[in-house]
Amino acid sequence: MMCTVCGCGEGETTIEGEAHSHDHHHEHAHGHPPPHHHHDGVHHYGLGPAHAHAPGLSQARMVSIEQDILAKNDEYAAANRRRLAERGVLALNLVSSPGSGKTTLLTRTLTDLAGRWPMAVIEGDQQTSQDAERIRATGVRAVQINTGKGCHLDAHMVGHALERLEPEAGSLLFIENVGNLVCPAGFDLGEAHKVVILSVTEGEDKPLKYPDMFHAADLMILNKTDLLPHLQFDVEQCIEYARRVNPRIKVLRLSATTGEGMESWYEWLDASRRLAALGA
Amino acid sequence: MHEMSLCEGVLQLLEVHAEKEGFRRVRVVRLEIGALAGVELEAMRFGFDVVMKGTLADGARLEIIELPGRAWCLCCGESVEIGQRFDPCPRCGGYQLQITGGEELRVKELEVE
Repeated sequence: MMCTVCGCGEGETTIEGEAHSHDHHHEHAHGHPPPHHHHDGVHHYGLGPAHAHAPGLSQARMVSIEQDILAKNDEYAAANRRRLAERGVLALNLVSSPGSGKTTLLTRTLTDLAGRWPMAVIEGDQQTSQDAERIRATGVRAVQINTGKGCHLDAHMVGHALERLEPEAGSLLFIENVGNLVCPAGFDLGEAHKVVILSVTEGEDKPLKYPDMFHAADLMILNKTDLLPHLQFDVEQCIEYARRVNPRIKVLRLSATTGEGMESWYEWLDASRRLAALGA
Repeated sequence: MHEMSLCEGVLQLLEVHAEKEGFRRVRVVRLEIGALAGVELEAMRFGFDVVMKGTLADGARLEIIELPGRAWCLCCGESVEIGQRFDPCPRCGGYQLQITGGEELRVKELEVE
């Protein structure tokens, strides 16, 4: 059975190899007596002639709901955001396609910034804890979430990961989402910013192909710029496409392999961290 | 693929309201989904039947009310309709658009018994 709170397959999602146990109940409405009174927002159906039905049949009625489908996720996200703000933690949700160099960017960042700020990582992947191991090799604390068949992290899973990780006050928390430019766009995790990473070995039209993600992100990182001389990638065109779907998006160009442009990323992190602290 | 998770979210709302309003069966679920909400309607319909199986909404009919994408064009100073996020303003061809509608992802109402 799937978990109805976060939509992850129960028994499939694991945090650090342990089954993701849910303490909520899967209560169903079976066995409740039908109501004998009217509630607010409940309208009897079949009052008008067009909807008239024969007496003796069970009474169908309309119930007005008017609620967002993602309301539950958003509640968990708000709780995460509160918790992070209390401790002055800047959380970034890193999203990209598989193979964009996200983990390389992250390990380089952790290595370069070691000692400057406290840092922590939540790693999301469908399977394996290889990425978390790569992160831990840099000396930074990391928790792995395996989503099983799930195609994105959600705020509920991240809440559980935060319980384990307990990031230090004032730290920088990187949440590496599942490699996927579609599904993670709609799921707020409680982060301060979504950062989308696009490598120049991909098509420059990705912002148009996956507009929701580029719309949701505050920063786009163009990675692997050291490979540009060997490619037909049009950087200006790519940025123009990204601004079409998100006029406010900021763009950094860098190579996590050679280190070119990494300083501007660190300046962005520093500025965001200070802004977050001002608001806390 | 996140349409499955969205259907799980719908089921959860149904269960909460079933308890609150005292109904046992859901016959029709009416959703409002905006053109810019990033939802594949076919995937949603497929996911709905799978997720609702064996629940209070087993066999329920899913009705989707599609809402258009709307944006405020900063150049024209007018509200315009757009089909996708990267569409230009249909009046002036510019991209200085602020989305004002079409991101809805809502359970509107149910037919229950």
